[in-house]
Amino acid sequence: MWLPRLATDRLSRGDPAGRDRALATATAGGARRITAVNRLAEAAGVRPGVTVADALAVAPGLALAPHDPQSDRQLLERLADWCGHYTPWAAADGWGEGTGGGLWLDITGCAHLFGGEAKLLAHLHARLARLGFAARSGLADTPGAAWAWARFGDARQPILTPNGQRTALAALPVAALRLQPTTAAGLAGLGLRQIGDLYGLPRATIAARFGREVAHRLDQMLGHEAEPISPRLEPASHRMHMAFAEPIARAEDVTEAVHRLLLRLCAQLEAERLGVRRLEVRLFRVDASTQCVAIGTSRPVNDPRHLLRLLREPLAGVDAGFGIEAARLSASEVAPLALKQADMVGAAAKGAPDELALLLDSLGNRLGFDRVSRPAARQSHLPEAAVRRLPALAASAASEWPVGRRPLRLFSRPEPVEAVAMLPDAPPVLFRWGRRTHRLVRADGAERIAAEWWRRPGPDRDYYLVEDENGRRFWLYREHHYGDGVAPRWFLHGVFP
Amino acid sequence: MLRSSALSTLRARIAALEGTGREVVAGVVPLAVPAIDAVLPWGGLPRGCLHEIAPISADRAEAGAACGFAVAVLGRLAAAAERPVLWITRDDDPYAPGLAALGLPPQRLILVRPYKPAQVLWALEEGLRCAALAGVLAETWGIEPTAARRLQLAARASGGTALLLNRGAGAAPAMTRWRIAPAPSQAPAGEGVGAWRWQVDLLRCRGRAAAEDGRVAAWTVEWCDETRGLRVVAAAGDRSAEPRRSRRAG
Repeated sequence: MWLPRLATDRLSRGDPAGRDRALATATAGGARRITAVNRLAEAAGVRPGVTVADALAVAPGLALAPHDPQSDRQLLERLADWCGHYTPWAAADGWGEGTGGGLWLDITGCAHLFGGEAKLLAHLHARLARLGFAARSGLADTPGAAWAWARFGDARQPILTPNGQRTALAALPVAALRLQPTTAAGLAGLGLRQIGDLYGLPRATIAARFGREVAHRLDQMLGHEAEPISPRLEPASHRMHMAFAEPIARAEDVTEAVHRLLLRLCAQLEAERLGVRRLEVRLFRVDASTQCVAIGTSRPVNDPRHLLRLLREPLAGVDAGFGIEAARLSASEVAPLALKQADMVGAAAKGAPDELALLLDSLGNRLGFDRVSRPAARQSHLPEAAVRRLPALAASAASEWPVGRRPLRLFSRPEPVEAVAMLPDAPPVLFRWGRRTHRLVRADGAERIAAEWWRRPGPDRDYYLVEDENGRRFWLYREHHYGDGVAPRWFLHGVFP
Repeated sequence: MLRSSALSTLRARIAALEGTGREVVAGVVPLAVPAIDAVLPWGGLPRGCLHEIAPISADRAEAGAACGFAVAVLGRLAAAAERPVLWITRDDDPYAPGLAALGLPPQRLILVRPYKPAQVLWALEEGLRCAALAGVLAETWGIEPTAARRLQLAARASGGTALLLNRGAGAAPAMTRWRIAPAPSQAPAGEGVGAWRWQVDLLRCRGRAAAEDGRVAAWTVEWCDETRGLRVVAAAGDRSAEPRRSRRAG
């Protein structure tokens, strides 16, 4: 697929009135040169490559816009994504900057879905034309031949017969081989103007003169050398596609369509005993853009009800625009289904492990999977290091929890307080936290907890469990400094029940 | 006579609409404290509804007691159903070793840490709809009556049990509402801090009228490490038998 006027079409799309004006894009800087022209500008005699001054001389009414290859590239990639509606193997063509934009579509095995190759092409052309893109296409056995035919062939007959590229392309100029301009000029200098002129020549002599390039491109075009199209988005091994007879826009319709795709996908996964870890829904809109919704699960799932419930909320936020004409479901990450759940779900939730997994996925997709966790013990004397967070569905051995009375709430950072003790090593008798003074009537301690120098050096701590006159219970500690005469610092580390 | 029966029919209809009728659909979890279970019309905490537990003030220094009582209740729910419980908080995590000591095994606990206040109630509702949980605890700073009614209906529909550890304005249409204050522990002089004690006030309970002081019932309750459960050490009527003043001297 060749979009010869991608840059100017892109500009005209945002400004329909400008379609009837001669328009060109030009580079910035000292010697400004024209990079792309629309049909009217070309008719007036403006060609890419000439300077702006020359262009304005032949076409005084010419409107100029800045050359913006990045936007062109982005548009082309968006279009390539959208072409995923026709085939998963769609890619933007990076070759030949400044000559519009190209799209690769490998429609092997896909054409019958649209009623044949000709109907598919007609569909694609009609769609692009409605969006304001001039397009030419070529359809052949090899990417090279299709490329050549789209640009230099007969636009009225875009489809080459199978194995017909050798004869069909013989009359095209050598530039159709995707050669560097210098190489093409060099061949022309030898009188080799048409591709057919190269067929009879010994390979060695061409290679000696022009390097591997010419033979390589010729082989690619004729199919002697494979040229895979690397799709922009790696097609997932498990995917389901559905095109709609009429574009749909209502959220319920979209959900229903996704539901049907899910049923098919899950049936396929079930047969292979696989489950989804990551699922992507791509919705193809009629305005040649796509919307994507992705969810993750905390363990492999192939229950359509489960997946639909996770998808329901993000799908509700999808902007259908003028309508959605196709939907594709791809399981971008799959894993074997676990036969037995040896984790907490199986052990703790008798009878309803799926319910729990569904809840955790729902929470995880909305809040982030790192925000749904389970506490687990860690070997450490430091209270703040004795607990770590595990993923909620992780399997774990039974935990050994530290003995001794521990608070119910441990402050993530200990709060400095002013405390008074009668003797340096005695429990405190009062402390001040914020604006409030707590008179302490009972105390347990001190429990010395040594700093773990291999984790983080710091002073040892003397912990006290204290109770004030109203029965509030706190965990205070004093930093222990050996010998030196500094006043001890006190911290409140947690509250007891 | 006719008027009063019409009134009670109406009340029953409203209760049915709000999902707060006295009849219990999802079972009852006894707190294993005979004195308290006897006051509750269901003989324990009914499942499938909302229970509110509040500290006596929003001060962080008071948070421990209410949190402790909530953990003890949540532990009962988890043990009765042998299922995990969900704890939703935007505060520091509850400290697992402390939970274990209050009868809630940490391996039964799933922590959810939303970053927006609105997500707390959303997560609570999600949790209530999940049949695989024994209960859901959410820490809130006040709750709108509409939101609370919605949660009550969700709990009613699914049989899930919600504990609302509410440090803000309450008056939610909960089945029960508890106010927990710390109480000084009892231990022989010089032996440090005794077993955890709380002043438990039952402020609201469907089917039980509150007394003049605004409470349905009140107890002083202690956590007993040997039985791994709560026990009542003094009921509301005989609180004078344990003068607070004398304990202060200890």
